[in-house]
Amino acid sequence: MALIEFTKRGIYCKQGDFYVDPWWPVDYAVTTHGHSDHVRFGNKYYLCHTLTKPIIKRRISEDLNVETLEYGENIIRNGVNISFFPAGHIIGSAQVRLEYKGEICVISGDYKIEDDGITTPFEPVKCHSFVSESTFGLPIYKWQKQEMVFNGIKSWVNDNITQQKTSVLIAYSLGKAQRLIKNLAGDIPIYVHNSIANLNEVIIAAGVNLPQTIRITPETTKDELQKGIVIVPPAMRDSRWIKNLSHPVTGICSGWMQVRAHRRWQSADAGFALSDHADWPGLMEAITATGAEKVYVTHGFTAAFSRFLNDEGIEAAEVLTKFGQEDDEENKVDLADQNESK
Amino acid sequence: MKRFAKLIQQLELSNKTNDKIAALVDYFNYADDKDKVWVIALFTGKKPKRPIKSALLKYWAIDITETPEWLFAESYSNVGDLSETIALLLPPAENTSDFQLHKWIEDLHNLEGKDDETKKDFILNAWNKLETQERFIFNKLISGNFRIGVSNKMLVNALAKQSSLDSAQIMHSIMGKWNPYEITFNELINGIHVNTDNSWPYPFCLAYALEQEPEKLGDVSEWQAEWKWDGIRGQIVKRNGELFIWSRGEELVTEQFPELHFMIDVLPDGVVLDGEILAVQDKQVLSFSTLQQRLNRKTISKKQLEDAPIGFFVYDILEFEAKDAREEPLSERRKILEKLIGGLAESPVIISPAIKCSSWEELAELRQTSRSINSEGIMLKKLTSHYHSGRKRGDWWKWKINPYTVDAVMIYAQKGSGRRANFFTDYTFAVRDGENLVTIAKAYSGLTDKEIKEVNSFVTRNAIEKFGPVRTVKPELVFEIAFEGIAESKRHKAGLALRFPRILRWRKDKKADEINTLEDLRQLLQSTL
Repeated sequence: MALIEFTKRGIYCKQGDFYVDPWWPVDYAVTTHGHSDHVRFGNKYYLCHTLTKPIIKRRISEDLNVETLEYGENIIRNGVNISFFPAGHIIGSAQVRLEYKGEICVISGDYKIEDDGITTPFEPVKCHSFVSESTFGLPIYKWQKQEMVFNGIKSWVNDNITQQKTSVLIAYSLGKAQRLIKNLAGDIPIYVHNSIANLNEVIIAAGVNLPQTIRITPETTKDELQKGIVIVPPAMRDSRWIKNLSHPVTGICSGWMQVRAHRRWQSADAGFALSDHADWPGLMEAITATGAEKVYVTHGFTAAFSRFLNDEGIEAAEVLTKFGQEDDEENKVDLADQNESK
Repeated sequence: MKRFAKLIQQLELSNKTNDKIAALVDYFNYADDKDKVWVIALFTGKKPKRPIKSALLKYWAIDITETPEWLFAESYSNVGDLSETIALLLPPAENTSDFQLHKWIEDLHNLEGKDDETKKDFILNAWNKLETQERFIFNKLISGNFRIGVSNKMLVNALAKQSSLDSAQIMHSIMGKWNPYEITFNELINGIHVNTDNSWPYPFCLAYALEQEPEKLGDVSEWQAEWKWDGIRGQIVKRNGELFIWSRGEELVTEQFPELHFMIDVLPDGVVLDGEILAVQDKQVLSFSTLQQRLNRKTISKKQLEDAPIGFFVYDILEFEAKDAREEPLSERRKILEKLIGGLAESPVIISPAIKCSSWEELAELRQTSRSINSEGIMLKKLTSHYHSGRKRGDWWKWKINPYTVDAVMIYAQKGSGRRANFFTDYTFAVRDGENLVTIAKAYSGLTDKEIKEVNSFVTRNAIEKFGPVRTVKPELVFEIAFEGIAESKRHKAGLALRFPRILRWRKDKKADEINTLEDLRQLLQSTL
């Protein structure tokens, strides 16, 4: 009997009687990471990585019942051995390894291969079956080394400062924002939106080393912002607040920015292809490394990616998620950030 | 090439005309002279001859990346552009290159006539020393158009700003016949080639749609009202014994319309006429669908000549006695026109009549009769107006009659291309035919970005079947479709086709059972024949 099944509420382990990243309230929710499409309000118990706990408590509610694991630690639930391994997606993100009577299944959640300097890097885990995301599961998505992308952002910021423009970077408040802060920190001060500053506090309190940033308050002057780097979540993108800055120019940091059509659609002034998801070579590398006999492909270009895997001789099946089959990244993360901004 | 790649990126990312002009000016300030000539050529649609078919580029890319063809197709449908798909699929380049734009174009030109193996070697080698954005541009040089929202007018404004020359003169110069391999940048913008060129057309004067009450334009007697004809805007140029017919698309179409060739004997040298190419019989304008039979054909059969005879309704005269007449007031130009061709009896070249009326009310009533003579409304031109270059607010207005409309339901959706790749933006609509739905139009414009996102989310949730990039969706969303005309069509299942269909608005208030029927459209078709 298979270790997991795909139900309306999400991925379910019958033997252990628990769900992984359920969409509807359940008794026991194993949680891969703190993005709002993976963790929701209303579950009786949550199991997540130690670093994810303060994040979800902050984002959802202080009253959640949360158990935690470190990477490599395990607990047994109804005979199923549950352990966490780093997924490299955002701070606290974990792959969930399930073992029952010698059968091993790994649910990746979201992941990326490249070490971003702030998240514990991805670690492949041997398994029989592997549930992989496929957000960027097309061969056109191949990321540049992040140094190159950050150099691009830095020179854009420098140009803006000399031209008296205000650089506004649009980035998800959980994950992308901290990655930017870590990699852009230097002589130019970084100003962050409230929702990002709140999360930063939580993350720093949990023991993560994050460079100094300045919380934007009504007292922050336009002149200060013009000489700095401003980071705000996507929900702020078309806001009057940005329009009122001194010659604002916006830059979106997202893997979708790889494609011209997306860049133009977003009507930002610049697009930087910086993603916390694996690119095509990364997905292939991760899947090969697991040695899995069966791969379940969720979230993203599921049809194309699973077909390719099958052609390559890796048995793969497409799994429909509650979210749209394609490119719903924007919507899902907007949701998270809208909650943040409230 | 790097500079050009950066320019393209800047132009693509900005929605603001001023930013685009600034980027162009910056480019023209610093780029290599030969490159600048090519940029003007590319942006005005003067493509270098294609030495390689785009299908070959695709196969070579598939070959070296070992991508299955279906996966290439999936990638293409996500990207929406062949050149870009290839650029993104290729592995990172191992070398770099400082070649300038014109050097690449010349090298590509030299591939002409070479065998496929040589061409392939050249292309693969080039791909291996260009970054993604440069590769994209390189592929575009071979296979595509640079559609990046730079109008001729914008380009000319940037050139004028950079060179401090007069913009009308530059427009005149770059629209002419010139060879980018030979001309220098200075010769080009100074218009060295223009006077020696017999074929040279003028930029068309275009009108804005009238959005206010005509009464606000002042006294009706200050205006010339004409019918707005629905054909192909064109210019007839006669200089030094040669005759040329230009279409609005800046294409020479002389050969397509033999009925107009007699003008070579009628017109004196140094004359340029502005008018509309139409299907005309017994001095009556026929429908656009009749004219269509004559468009874009390499050869014309006797039957086509008989079924769709061509005429030219003259609006204006731009050059007379080899002198630019565009600064004369319209009333004067009209007098010259009357003298010049008013006397041509029994000819398919006719001065487009001015409508006589003594008040705006009278004109408004006449406008309602437009469709009965295959006109799409009225043009208003100030009698004192000059013939402007391009679109200018104030002197000329088009006062079109409202389009036809039909309420239809969306049944298929497809992802767009370009800026709209990745959103379902191309929709197919159906009307009711008894128990069935029958498709009548495909349309992709007219919704706001917000509405597109909403429809997109509906499509993702309500897709029934998937045929490649096309989704069959639950027939639920009703749209009001506007269109300019209706014609019989054997190609379409409905037996009729709509002209210029576009989404007028999303009728959220209507349900799918309240849409129009095929019978409604058939009746409309009968009434227009």
